[in-house]
Amino acid sequence: MAAVVRTSGAATSELKKKSLVPYFLLAPGLIWLALFFVAPIITLVSTATKTPGVGIGEFVQTYRWANYLDAITGSAAQFSRSFLYATIATLLALAIAYPLAYGIAFKSGKYKNILLVLVVAPFFCSFILRTIAWKQILGQNGPLFRLLLDLHIVSDTTHLTASAPAVIIGLAYNFLPFMTLPLYGSLERIDPRVLEASGDLYANAFTTFRKVTVPLSMPGVVAGTLLTFIPATGDYVNAEILGNPSTKMIGNVINAQFLNTQDYPLAASLSFILMIIISVLVMIYIRKAGTEELV
Amino acid sequence: MADASTSAKGDLKLTNLTKSYGEFKAVDDLSLVIPEGSFFALLGPSGCGKTTTLRMIAGLEEPTSGKISIGATDITDKRPYQRPVNTVFQNYALFPHLTIFENIAFGLRRRGIKDVKEQVDKVLNLVELPHLADRKPTQLSGGQQQRIAVARAIVNRPALLLLDEPLGALDLKLRRQMQIELKWIQTEVGLTFVHVTHDQEEAMTMADTIAVMNEGRIEQMGSPAELYDNPKTAFVANFLGQSNLIEGSIVDSDGDYHVVDLHGQKAKVLKSRTHSKNNSVLYAIRPEKLRIDLDNQSRPGNRFTGGRIVDVSYIGVSTQYQVEMPWKQEIMVFEQNDDGVPPLDKGDEVTLSWEPSFSFALDGAQDATAGSEVNPEEE
Repeated sequence: MAAVVRTSGAATSELKKKSLVPYFLLAPGLIWLALFFVAPIITLVSTATKTPGVGIGEFVQTYRWANYLDAITGSAAQFSRSFLYATIATLLALAIAYPLAYGIAFKSGKYKNILLVLVVAPFFCSFILRTIAWKQILGQNGPLFRLLLDLHIVSDTTHLTASAPAVIIGLAYNFLPFMTLPLYGSLERIDPRVLEASGDLYANAFTTFRKVTVPLSMPGVVAGTLLTFIPATGDYVNAEILGNPSTKMIGNVINAQFLNTQDYPLAASLSFILMIIISVLVMIYIRKAGTEELV
Repeated sequence: MADASTSAKGDLKLTNLTKSYGEFKAVDDLSLVIPEGSFFALLGPSGCGKTTTLRMIAGLEEPTSGKISIGATDITDKRPYQRPVNTVFQNYALFPHLTIFENIAFGLRRRGIKDVKEQVDKVLNLVELPHLADRKPTQLSGGQQQRIAVARAIVNRPALLLLDEPLGALDLKLRRQMQIELKWIQTEVGLTFVHVTHDQEEAMTMADTIAVMNEGRIEQMGSPAELYDNPKTAFVANFLGQSNLIEGSIVDSDGDYHVVDLHGQKAKVLKSRTHSKNNSVLYAIRPEKLRIDLDNQSRPGNRFTGGRIVDVSYIGVSTQYQVEMPWKQEIMVFEQNDDGVPPLDKGDEVTLSWEPSFSFALDGAQDATAGSEVNPEEE
């Protein structure tokens, strides 16, 4: 009995010692977050309320909260265009990635790994280069334009590049792997016997897909759409390379304000507003999709 | 769809059913009839083709050749969802995204039945889990999931319920309990159950008729008692329980009995229980049918003399002996501990005796160890 007490006493003191260990282990991550996430956000928020000072490129803190209002009213068109393009691009990517991920997960057999490598293969090439490549593909001398011309879908005077569809195609293309991989992950986890059980319980292939496969792949749909929608909203490269002045997205405005006009308060307030809107949208989306209900 | 599931009734008939994977024949020219309303077990070691047979009946696997019919309806080319057949899958395969209620209602809804509540509640009561209707499958224990899997299938009142190793994932005690419960449910709902298992005890507890399968063929079919008491092949003799198989040859006839010479000792076996085409036989006797005595005692019936105990395992209800015979074969003897006499010792010289009518004789051309190297409890 005494022995038991002694060992249990030793165990508690050891437990106390151990209880600090998680904090030590977390410290690098926490410090990282504090330095590179919390601190920049505070800087961003405080920069946003500054106003121009005496010298050129000098800004002083005057807590002018109206900067936010100015930012929103001044760039409302670009904001709404960003969300519109990102939404369409996300839906387009979903429409392409779902059959792709489904095929890899269920029908690819021994080619599964090769196909997965091919999905991420574009990452080995620069993001900018790949986007410029689309300019070639969609250009008047490109193969796609030639094909459409032969099919009499477009005429010589049509331009596929420097247009809103080109920007959206670019966005959908560039974020496709981020859509495909989570979808593949959740489809691949589906127990094939559950699908067999559905067939056994009088559901034909289409009903099985609708009632079993789709609901079970929802975690992947949610993750994939978020991973596509969030970066697509803030993207400026696609609009820059594949767009025209009337397809400017909010990312282009922020980019121009920071680097060209160097109106830091305006750029900061735009960035912060974008962040807040995305966060709110994501929260509503997750709440609606109800991912916690799923396995 | 609704028609297919209700109209076809009657015996399940498999005719020359074959499934080949390249050169390998998983199921080889199998023909059998399973009477409506019976509890039928397909028993065999893993890889014997029993699960492939079941999957072909369910429509999940396409036969290479042969025919499957229920009553007068040929279902060979029907899709799984067009067959009046439901399956209880090995790992239950419940839908993880649906509640227990919706899992059970799934088949009813697919057949266009709107008012499912009454039927679902009825089967939930039958499996004694009405309080779990709103839970998700992951919140249930293995035994509960098993019962829901049964409920989800029987709610459709299929002509045929297929059970694919349904108790394989449960622990021993729960398995025994579920065996009794499944048997009771079968009697209650009166459906035809086809049960696939590698566990001979499970098959014997539940089934009216057992077909022992080996290498894609049926070795023997019959009631549990028939198969145990009068096996026709060495595989069945070894796979269902244990048997001592001794090489010998028929030398004489004595009324209803053959007289068999076994390494110089004579023993009798009923002619009706002899399944050999010629005189060369494997004389077989179950370990629990043997009596073991110290040499100088005598009992009526057949006897082997000159045995020596090489191993004794006392396991409470019985004692298991390994007795080495003069021809160097070891014979198993299970002796009930019902007489208060302490077990015999290793090294004792003993005589084995038995009632001749309990023995049987198999064709001597077979491998005497067939079916014994596979341990049915494994997997």
